[in-house]
Amino acid sequence: MNAKPRLAVFKFASCDGCQLQLLDAQDRLLELAGRVEIDHFLEASSRVVPGPYDMGLVEGSITTIEDEERIREVRRQCRFLVTIGACATAGGIQALRNWGRIDDFRAAIYATPETISTLATSTPIADHVPVDFELRGCPIDRGQLIDLLTAVLLGRKPHVPGHSVCVECKARGLVCVAVAKGIPCLGPVTQAGCGAICPAHDRECFGCFGPSESPNLVSLTGFYERRGTPRDSLMRLVRSFNAAAPAFRAESDRLEASE
Amino acid sequence: MTPPSPGSWHWLDRAGLQLVVDALRRQGHRVIGPQVADGAIVLRDLASVTDLPTGWLDDQDGGSYRLRHDPTAGTFDHVVGPHSLKNFLFPARETVASFARDDGTWTQAPRSAAESPLAVLGVRGCDLAALAVQDRVFLGSGYVDEAYKARRERLFLVAVNCRRAAATCFCHSMGCGPSAGPVFDLALTEIGNRFACEVGSDHGAAVLAAASEAGAVLAACTASEIDAAGAVPRDLGSRMHARQTVNDTPSPRSLDTHGIRDLLMRNLEHPQWDEVASRCLSCTNCTLVCPTCFCSSVQEVADLSGDQVDRERHWASCFSLDHARMHGQSVRSSTASRYRQWLIHKFATWIDQFDTSGCTGCGRCITWCPVGIDVTREIAAIRATDGAAAPETGRGTS
Repeated sequence: MNAKPRLAVFKFASCDGCQLQLLDAQDRLLELAGRVEIDHFLEASSRVVPGPYDMGLVEGSITTIEDEERIREVRRQCRFLVTIGACATAGGIQALRNWGRIDDFRAAIYATPETISTLATSTPIADHVPVDFELRGCPIDRGQLIDLLTAVLLGRKPHVPGHSVCVECKARGLVCVAVAKGIPCLGPVTQAGCGAICPAHDRECFGCFGPSESPNLVSLTGFYERRGTPRDSLMRLVRSFNAAAPAFRAESDRLEASE
Repeated sequence: MTPPSPGSWHWLDRAGLQLVVDALRRQGHRVIGPQVADGAIVLRDLASVTDLPTGWLDDQDGGSYRLRHDPTAGTFDHVVGPHSLKNFLFPARETVASFARDDGTWTQAPRSAAESPLAVLGVRGCDLAALAVQDRVFLGSGYVDEAYKARRERLFLVAVNCRRAAATCFCHSMGCGPSAGPVFDLALTEIGNRFACEVGSDHGAAVLAAASEAGAVLAACTASEIDAAGAVPRDLGSRMHARQTVNDTPSPRSLDTHGIRDLLMRNLEHPQWDEVASRCLSCTNCTLVCPTCFCSSVQEVADLSGDQVDRERHWASCFSLDHARMHGQSVRSSTASRYRQWLIHKFATWIDQFDTSGCTGCGRCITWCPVGIDVTREIAAIRATDGAAAPETGRGTS
């Protein structure tokens, strides 16, 4: 590779938290800036160099007609397209709208609902264009992002395991909050990557990284229910940041239907 | 006073035990001991014997662990928690080598300075047996793990003879407890407010002598006192074999190990594998808390330039898809195949490979399974319907 590879960062419906993981990378960001041309990153700089780009990072979900068109153009401009975060890979927390009526939300929130143009659903990028790699998380893990960029630069496979959060708890020597405290925790069915932040603070895993590689939600929620957690609480635990990820969606629908 | 020597027994009170800890620390040991933290009894650096979990009991069952304070409980009446010697001798993550590239030439960085030797207090029979199993894996197979070896050779073991069993314990079935052995430096049997301390090695004798010089009173145990101390774990073992309720803890589990290798090997297509797979989460907890599971994976972690590379080893589990990934796909794609791989390795092919079972009956895999899958019940279910064959499920070897 003679010329430095060109990197672009794009935002769709999202809170910007995943892009912030890149901005907050500090020393690593400076190091990265020395190895790639950051040609489109509006959160960091108003300097924009037109595409095409070698690699595009896409944050956010598709929630408007304009988004649907823009993502196709972004795809055309990026040789390697990576979605970053729960919004881009699963529709995000805003995919809760998929279970409601968009007109009701519009009327409840906006003074002039007729001026709001939006789709009825929030959908992941991969529902609209082919995606080369997905980084999970709400937000993504900075270490995984840097690892992915390093992997692309060095031409190797990224170290992004599909196993459960439990692996990270056990590696840190944390005591399992589900077993020792009876707290319903999504860690056993959630993909690792966060470093087990919530269990380290005595809280359950909320499933920010979406379903693990072979999740068995029916077994886990059934066990928690037999231990006394109401089905409705379990439904809401599963239906959150990654509500529309297929495995989580199927389970929250199943729990809701059988309430 | 009789000077301590291998095979001798001495009384130690709590102050004496502190002097043993102090003596170990003076020798440069990092002293690890059981302590209450985060709702469990964990192993961590021990500052003082007052931090030991005196008066705490652990109620354990499938997928459940709860501490209970009982003023009549001793210092070591809890059993095993989520941690084991494995966490210290074979840590979850370890940099095994580092390399730097300069002008196209690679140089390996020298290994970092030696760690302090470890001393672990409160190690039970099941975990001593697990240590012997890991020794075979890491030291005895012809491929010696140097990092493990360095820690193992300097390890000081203060064992404890159990006088209580949790409902998840089945060491008696596996022949691994509740007596401490075969190898330890010192072994404690708690009687009243003091400990009958058996010396198991020259190093143990030297540490006890050092504690004595620092003021520990080491009355020699009489022959009848030694008999009484020896009876403590033996009586517990008898009650475990009889599956009696021990104090107010439900009766321990048990496992019929008769012909277990052949039982499992002739039931590779038993329908129980699919039944357990409907409950198994593939979350890896059973393998990570298991004191004998030894699988690891190695990856190169480079900086953005690729000029600085660390070779990192981390725990791996046969419940993850990557563990059996080859030529682009996992050869054990179903949960049934992964559970079967784990259980059959642990209880059957381990015997072929290492001439010992991989299970010591510590019960951690039962307690720390988030949905309480119980290996003793799974094996009992297979034994009860020995020879049953699953309808063709397509599970096969995958």
